[in-house]
Parts: sequence; structure tokens; C-alpha cells
Amino acid sequence: MSIDEKTAAHVAKLARIRVDDARLPELAQEFNTILGFIEQLSEVDVEGVEPMVSVEPMRLKRRADLVTDGNQQAKVLSNAPDAREGFFAVPKVVE
Amino acid sequence: MSELTKMTIAAARDALGKGEVTSLELTEACLTAIDGADALGAFVHKTPDLAREMAAAADARIKAGEADKLTGIPLGIKDLFCTKGVPSQAASRILEGFRPEYESTVSQKLFDAGAVMLGKLNMDEFAMGSSNETSVYGNAVNPWRVNGQDLTPGGSSGGSAAAVAADLCLGATGTDTGGSIRQPAAFTGITGLKPTYGRCSRWGIVAFASSLDQAGPMAKDVRDCAIMLEAMCGHDPKDSTSADLEVPDFEAMLTGDIRGKTIGIPREYRMDGMPAEIEALWAEGRKMLQDAGAKIVDISLPHTKYALPTYYVIAPAEASSNLARYDGVRFGHRAKLSQGDGITEMYEKTRAEGFGPEVQRRVMIGTYVLSAGFYDAYYNRARKVRTLIKRDFEDAFAQGVDAILTPATPSAAFPLGQSDDADPVAMYLNDVFTVTVNLAGLPGIAVPAGQDGQGLPLGLQLIGRPWEEGDLLNTAYALERAAGFVGKPEKWW
Amino acid sequence: MLDLTFEAPKPKVIAGAKHDWELVIGMEVHAQVASKAKLFSGASTQFGAEPNSNVAFVDAAMPGMLPVINEFCVEQAVRTGLGLKAKINLRSAFDRKNYFYPDLPQGYQISQLYHPLVGEGEVLVDMEPGIARRVRIERIHMEQDAGKSIHDMDPAMSFVDLNRTGVALMEIVSRPDIRGPEEAAAYVAKLRQILRYLGTCDGNMQNGNLRADVNVSVCRPGAYEKYMETQDFSHLGTRCEIKNMNSMRFIQAAIDYEARRQIGILEAGGEIVQETRLYDPDKGETRSMRSKEEAHDYRYFPDPDLLPLEIEQAWVDDIAANLPELPDAKKARFVTEFGLSEYDASVLTADLANAAYFEAVAAEAGDGKMAANWVINELFGRLKKDDRGIEDSPVAPGQLAALVGLIKKGDISGKIAKDVFEIVYTEGGDPAKIVEEKGLKQVTDTGAIEAAVDEVIAANPAQVEKAQANPKLAGWFVGQVMKATGGKANPKAVNEIVTAKLGL
Repeated sequence: MSIDEKTAAHVAKLARIRVDDARLPELAQEFNTILGFIEQLSEVDVEGVEPMVSVEPMRLKRRADLVTDGNQQAKVLSNAPDAREGFFAVPKVVE
Repeated sequence: MSELTKMTIAAARDALGKGEVTSLELTEACLTAIDGADALGAFVHKTPDLAREMAAAADARIKAGEADKLTGIPLGIKDLFCTKGVPSQAASRILEGFRPEYESTVSQKLFDAGAVMLGKLNMDEFAMGSSNETSVYGNAVNPWRVNGQDLTPGGSSGGSAAAVAADLCLGATGTDTGGSIRQPAAFTGITGLKPTYGRCSRWGIVAFASSLDQAGPMAKDVRDCAIMLEAMCGHDPKDSTSADLEVPDFEAMLTGDIRGKTIGIPREYRMDGMPAEIEALWAEGRKMLQDAGAKIVDISLPHTKYALPTYYVIAPAEASSNLARYDGVRFGHRAKLSQGDGITEMYEKTRAEGFGPEVQRRVMIGTYVLSAGFYDAYYNRARKVRTLIKRDFEDAFAQGVDAILTPATPSAAFPLGQSDDADPVAMYLNDVFTVTVNLAGLPGIAVPAGQDGQGLPLGLQLIGRPWEEGDLLNTAYALERAAGFVGKPEKWW
Repeated sequence: MLDLTFEAPKPKVIAGAKHDWELVIGMEVHAQVASKAKLFSGASTQFGAEPNSNVAFVDAAMPGMLPVINEFCVEQAVRTGLGLKAKINLRSAFDRKNYFYPDLPQGYQISQLYHPLVGEGEVLVDMEPGIARRVRIERIHMEQDAGKSIHDMDPAMSFVDLNRTGVALMEIVSRPDIRGPEEAAAYVAKLRQILRYLGTCDGNMQNGNLRADVNVSVCRPGAYEKYMETQDFSHLGTRCEIKNMNSMRFIQAAIDYEARRQIGILEAGGEIVQETRLYDPDKGETRSMRSKEEAHDYRYFPDPDLLPLEIEQAWVDDIAANLPELPDAKKARFVTEFGLSEYDASVLTADLANAAYFEAVAAEAGDGKMAANWVINELFGRLKKDDRGIEDSPVAPGQLAALVGLIKKGDISGKIAKDVFEIVYTEGGDPAKIVEEKGLKQVTDTGAIEAAVDEVIAANPAQVEKAQANPKLAGWFVGQVMKATGGKANPKAVNEIVTAKLGL
């Protein structure tokens, strides 16, 4: 499996990380090195093996249906880069 | 004063209890040491006022006869832990200015047990690295040196390791996703324990790879690790993966008696090109445990060689999703936008500016291995291999093995800057002995056991059965006593 | 339980310029679980709170925050599954669906792709008496709702409110078994009815607590039957998904528009592009959603913060044992037990409160048919006039039953009963007492009626002659007698006496 610049650009887009076009060849190269390393896994016989779900068997914890949180608008917004009138503000989204 | 900071937690606890020293004195000594150690880059956010306030409260508690297990003990906290009102940014620019409105469960438990927080410790950005060179704060530096050359303290908990080794604090928290406690502990001549997955709550710790991350203590010896672990761990209803198990008195389990225990030596850990000194240390360790009365058996963990590639699928995949929340909307850095930039530009610029190169690389690799058409070939296959890796350990334990002895690292600490030209995979090899433990969810501890030809510390790793940290600590205690490692770096900073 | 027999409705056929087309519709209905707290956090689900006030740090995806599941929400999803006769999976798991959007703080939605909690079930969609469509349910999974982005508060910015973020949803996915716009609306209505019976979702569409994504495609007659035979989707046309519909009326209009749009493209020799569309109710059109058309790849993988959800069969059995009677069963029972028409039974069971009201009246009055008449025709009509729900009815079941009882006993006529009903409705009171006090009791004393008939006959000799020539005109005498007695005379008795006295 080899990653070309187009694929590298697509992955960067999916990950929402801006990458300058000039850096794409290098990035693709890095991906290929890492993927080459990962490729070893194809040697392993995994026929009939269940994928790991959790390292130690445990029952999923459950909560009761009680309101125990919230009512903290100021705290929720306190770290926001741009908060206005109780909302988080972001550049206009076009649907 | 500086002698105070050299104390172990156990010694300080006893001295505090007897009134020979106050927490304020201990804390001031640490604060002074920290201020004099900026060259180590260990403490990245100092909290002296908070420390003094907590120390005073601790002294009052001691006076009132209400001392708890860690009352008055000054500790450093890795920057990955969210600490209320104190900058917590996982050594990343993307969390610039972030001050959590909450306290991580582990740090809260330490404070509840009376510990004093000195400040936040350096680390690799988002715990991704093995040399502490990916931090937005700059490198952490190993207090150990060779010929005046700056060495890495290891990573990702490099700041924690450097701070403990340089006696800036009595102990520190670390986190370990692929070896991030044990490798830096080995590089700096201290002791570090990664508990069984689920022992310590992950709530409030910035997530790297959720199925692998585990917090643990980094301290000057095994006993201190036992004391800290007891305070740090325990069931947390806020973490669905936290184990609902009793927390034993780990310190009380340190008898040093390991007669009749079976120690496994995995043949697959004998790597090609392993330095002779590491090989020799491993053999010595084997002998020490044997002399202490343990039975040594050769074992096989056949899928060991696939652990690193498995890790480098699973960890980046989980990270790519865990780090999606750093988007410039609710906290942390948001890029300055140009005229006409929309929401997509905001995301892309913010994340390009906020994440360093290694984090970007891993997020993108993780994105790729999860993307349509590759899920089964990479991610699902890696999960299956992970099952096989875990099964290897289960088989060994089923044969009666109580603990497994391996080297902690494939080398001693290496010079800072060395990784600049290395390809990323070469750096990943640092975790070769530690990463299997995370994949299998087991407890592992790195114990300093010797020094290389240049005088740098080397560590051995012991791997235990799930949930049997007490037993593991006791074996480590026997190893520690036999090894008698007392080396300290010469102060140059 | 008794099932009523039914036939499948005909599919909707749209005549294109060149030939006929049929519609094929599948739906993904998102139903908000009626819970107090969110699926993975302890924040309130209350609608209409101050922005970002019903938000836990987990909901805002603050660093290091972790989800813990609300067991009540799981129970409601299981109840819903059982209510739709579906298979409950004792082991399910949560997956992350990864995408970036400002009202999705985690950068992923926790959902269930690979192992849903509920498997295959069905919904019977009644179209008219004896005509119903059996719609297969493919699965129901649990997931988190997203927050709300507000685009019209500022010209350059969008504002994000996370109050809704993390609220528990059940996504009910149907097979493409719906064959027309009316059926689609009826399907949503039936689902809503069942959910409300179960109490697992309040069904409030206006608040967005129940909304649907509608998949529409068109095909030539005969193609659908081939699909049903083989379950091979290649027999069907390419579908478009219309997102987020929360009105029955719009669902119908959007499907109709979308089907015609697709037919237009196909008949012009074009191809349908599979895409997500949005319905614009002002223009009555659907349009492509630009934001969704960017290459998306959700990169689903099991959420490592959550273990698989394992539930016990005994727990499921317990929930099953406590399910309420559901609409189909209730309707069938009303038909068999009370002898109601299927239509009346449908009307009465449309809403659980209505059905309960009716049953209370029927039980007390001892006559289901009469009770149904009075509930449907008088009470519902009157409530509708005042825009009131059954919960606000000023007439209690006991009062209405008493009224029906008076008619049955022959104490009052139906006509008088309507007047009494109006009094009870507006002023309250016991119907029997009202009849007593106002002297409305029916006159059944034949002597009194005879006297009244004699009087009318004596006063109208010309009419008598006409009536004797044409017996149909006898009704005029009956009316006069009723008038003279203030409506209190028993009409049947009057009729008989008039007929006898006129010698007809």
C-alpha cells in the first residue's frame, strides 16, 4: 500500500489539519514509512481470532436517570475563544 | 535545606509525623530547588502559592493528629492531568491558556490524601513521544549527563522523571500509554509503575489512546510507588473503564520475600543488536531474583514482535478521534482567521497551528487507518493481534508465572536532538519492551538496577498479573534491594 | 391478542411524461428518549433552557471527560424494541462516528453501528379500515443528539448551544417498505402513537423530539416486487435522503416533490445522484445540502471509553412483562369487546388518554357502543371546538357515563341529552340532578301524551285530512306534540299514539 500526495492531502482534509502543498511529498513519505512498519501485521494469522474489546472483562457501568450536572453556563464558557450572549461563536456555517 | 528534597516519601512522612520537619519547610525546599532547576525544563507551570497554602493546611492537619497517607508530601503533576484553575495543556499549543474548571480524579485523590502540588510537569505533546522533545514548552532535560551533553529524560513523562531524579519533588504523577512512565523512569534512575488498565481513573486526564492510557506513580523507590499508588487508584464511577475493586494496602505487602515465586524470562525480548550492557543487566537481574529464592523459567511470548506495529495502529486511531475535540470552538487556541475564512478554515488553521508535527503525524495516520476501506486491514486486524498478544501473557501466567522480567529500554538515555534526523519509526522502537504491557493491560514497573559504562542508569522491567500490583511491587522491592542502586546525578543545573 | 385482518394498500403511482412510476420510501426516525438526564452525562434534558446551561463538562467535550451510560435510556430503547416486536440483542456496543461540526463537541457522535441494541421488528401502518401496510424495522440503535447551531443571530457568525448535545436518541431504521407520501406520514404517526403508548418518547415533533430522515427513490411498476422477492436493492432506484423532517405535512410534501424531481431527471435521460437534501417548506422544494456533500468518511470504530453493553434476558423479560397494551391490540379488543366499528376503534385508540377515557365511560355506562358515540361525536367535537385535549376535559368519565345511563334508561331522549351534556360541559354537575332540577325527564305517561295528541288533532283538521291521505305527513303531528311537551315526550310513544289516533 503506498500513499501518494493526493491521498495525503485527503487524509489531512479529513483530519482538518492544513498542510501546505509543498509539504505533501514529505508527508506522504512519512506515512509510507509508518505504514510499511505497520504492514508487518499482515503476516499474522488472525483466522478465528476475536478483536479485543476490553483488556479486562468488566460489566459496563450504569448511571441512574438523575439530573446531577449542568447549570454552569459560566464555567462551560469560561475557556471559550469566543463566547457571546451565552453561546459559543464560530465563523458562519453554511448548511 | 536541599537535603530535605532528597527524602523519600516514606522518610518524609515519618519525619512529618514526628514533627522533625513541617510540610511548609519541605515545600519551600522543593520550591527553591525547582526555581534553581529551570535548565532541566521539568516544571512548566509552577504553583508556589497553591503549594504553600496546601502545605499550611497539611501542617494544621498533622498538628491536629488528622494526617492521612500523603499529608504534607510535595508532588509534581504531569501536565496531562487537568488541575482546577491551573493551566493544563498536555504540553500542546492547542490548549494554550486552558484552565480546567475541574480536577482530575487521580490528582484529587492525591490531594485528598494530603499531598501538596508544586506545579505541572513537562511531557511530550499529548504524551506522544519518547524523548520529551515534542513539548510546546521545549525539552525536558535529564539530570544525568555524559561529558556535559544534554540527554533526554525519556518520554512522554520526561518532566516527571527529571523532577524526581533531580530531587525537585518527592514524587510525581505520570501516565503510560506505551511506556511513558517506565522508559523515562529507567532513563533517570527512578522507579515508575504503570498499574493494570482500570486501576486508576482516567477521568480528567487528557486522553491520548483511551484503551491504553493509565496513570501511575513515579518516585524514588518501590516503597514510594506503593504509597502513591494506593492514594491514586480506586474505583471511579465517572470512568466506565475503572475497575470496581478493593484497593489493598500496597505498602504492607512489601516484605521482600519472593521465595517460591516463579519469574518468567521471555525469549522474544532478546533483540538483535541489543547492547551488551542491557543483556548483562538482564542476566544480573535474573540472578538477583533467583538468589532471593524465586524460580526462574524461560517463557515464550510469541507475538511480541507484532506489539509495536499493533500499537502504532491502535494508539493513533484512538488519538485521531480523541483529539478531534481540539477544534478552537470551546477552549484553547483558535487561529487568527483571514477575511472570508469559514468554519473549515478555522478548524484546519487552528489544528495546524495548535498541534506539533508528531501529533499531526499520528492524528493523520490514525485518520488513515480508520478510513473507509482500510478499517479491517489495519484497525480490526490490529485488535485481533492485540488479542493474541494478551493471550501470550495469559498462557504464561497459566503456567504458573508470577512475574516476567525484561529490560525496561533497549538503551540508556540518548542525547537530545538525536531524533531530529531519525525517521519516526526509529523513535518508536524505544517502546519495544514496554508497549506489550499496555496492549495486554497489565501492570508493569521499571526499577533502576545498574549503570552503563558511561555511568548512566539502566532499568529492568517487571510485568505482573492483572490487578496484582501488590505482588508485583513486592517482587520489585526484592529486586531493588538486591540491585542496591543508589546512583544520583551530579548537580550541574 | 387478536389481529384484525387487513390487505396491503396500493402503492402510489405518479404518471410521468413518458410512463408510470412508483415510490419507494425508507425512514430513519430519531426519537428522543423521555429521560430526565442525558445519555452519557447527568445534565438535564429540559427543553427551552438558557443556552449552554444544561451542559456537563462531558457534553462540552472538555479534555479528559468520560461518558457513563444512563441505564434508564437503555431500558426505554429495549421497551421500544419490544413494542415493535423486535429482537433485543443482549450484547451491543457503542461506536464513534467521526466528523467535524461546531455543535458536535467531541468531534464524534457516540452511536451503535456494528452492534445495535435492537434488531428486526415491524410496524403495522393502518391506512383505512381493513387496509394496512406492514413496514419492517431493520434496527433500533441508541445515540447522542447533537447541539444546536443558530445561523441567523449574526451576519458573520454562527452561535452554538450545547443544551441538546448528548440527549439520548433512539434511531429507528425501517426497510424501504413505504410506498407513498400518505403512508410515510401514517408510518410516522403510528410510530409516534406506539412510542407514546410505551412512554419512551413524548413524540413532540415541534420541539424536534421526533424527527425523520426520509429516503426516497422511484422505480417502474414491477421493480419493487422483484426487490421484495430477492431483497436485491439493484432493482430499486438510487435514493436521496431528505434530512430532519419534523412535520407530517412537510414529510408528505417533501416526498411528493422529491419523487417528481427524480422522475423529471430520469425521464430526461439523467441519473439520480445519491445525496443528502433539505426540504424548504417556504418554497416547497428540496435542495442539496452543501455541507454534507463534502467527502465524508465517518471512520466508525468501537468507542474505547465504553465497554460493550451486556444486558440480561431476565431484565428484558421483566420489561416485556410490564409492557402496556399497545394500539393494535387495544383497537382489536375495542372491536371485539365493545362491538365498535374498526373506524371508531381507531379513533378512540389514536391516543392513550382518549382510549382510557372511553374505557372508563364504557365500563361505568355498561354500553360500549353508546359510550363510543358520545365520546367521539359529542365530547371530542366539543373539545375540538375549544381546542382542548382530553386531559382538560371539563366532563369527567363518570359524568358522561351517567348521561349515557339516563338515555339508556329512557329517562331522557338523545336530543335532551345533548342539552344536558352542554350544561355539564359548561357548568358541571351531576346529569341526573340536572335532569331532575330542570324537569327534563322524558314523559312516558301515555295518558299525558294522548291528551297532547288529541289537542293537536283537534286544532288541525286540515292537516288530519292530508295525513290520512298521505301517511308520510304524520311526522308533522309528532313534531307538534314534541313541541307542545317541550321535547320531553318519549318520541317513540308519541309516534305510536299519533299513528293510532289518525287511524293510519
